Amino acid sequence: MNVRLYLWQRGTAAIMVPMILVHLAVIFYAMDRPLTAEQILSRTQGSFAWGLFYGMFVLLASIHASIGIRNVLSEWGKLKSGTAAGVSTVFGAALIVLGLRAVAAVVLPAGMLP
Amino acid sequence: MSATWRAYRRNILWNAALIHRLSGIGLAVFLPLHFLVLGLAIEGAGKLDGLLTLAQMPGVKLAEAGLIFLLVVHFLGGLRLLAIENLRWFGGQKWIAISLAVVSGSIAFFFLIHVL
Repeated sequence: MNVRLYLWQRGTAAIMVPMILVHLAVIFYAMDRPLTAEQILSRTQGSFAWGLFYGMFVLLASIHASIGIRNVLSEWGKLKSGTAAGVSTVFGAALIVLGLRAVAAVVLPAGMLP
Repeated sequence: MSATWRAYRRNILWNAALIHRLSGIGLAVFLPLHFLVLGLAIEGAGKLDGLLTLAQMPGVKLAEAGLIFLLVVHFLGGLRLLAIENLRWFGGQKWIAISLAVVSGSIAFFFLIHVL
């Protein structure tokens, strides 16, 4: 891992520290309240704050995960540096697309969804 | 293979690094599925409700507790790494690593007995 990737890896991790605590709090909050999908969406749709929070979380987690996967592919998978970089970039891009789509599905008002 | 070849595998901090990596791989495998399930809300609450019903199965709850463990153990292990790299060195790393693993397991167990 070069210095630039190391800094991205540690930087995204540090920024995600409070976000993971919030995410765990949400999980444990939901644990006590078995909500239907309609009840969940009524709380999240139209919320700019949750959209911004989880949109940022998706971006940071995708970058962090793709760098981690790149390390695993080159150190354990013995892939060449360029191949590992290519695979992990595609993986990271797919995570961003799927993640932002999920955030949009949960946060955007029903009328704005395709 | 000599006995010393594998001796490092009994080292607590080597195992902490291994758990950090394996939990990271587990989370990376889970994330796309998590996003796909949440993305079902695009097709309406009914689709998402179908999967929420599945989540009531004991096996799924057990898997959820496993994911909580992966998330917490990766998070706490990452915090230890950030502290080592950015703060003044402090001793007791082996005990800290063990404690973090125990805390992670306890949180996942608490989640499991609460949802079962």
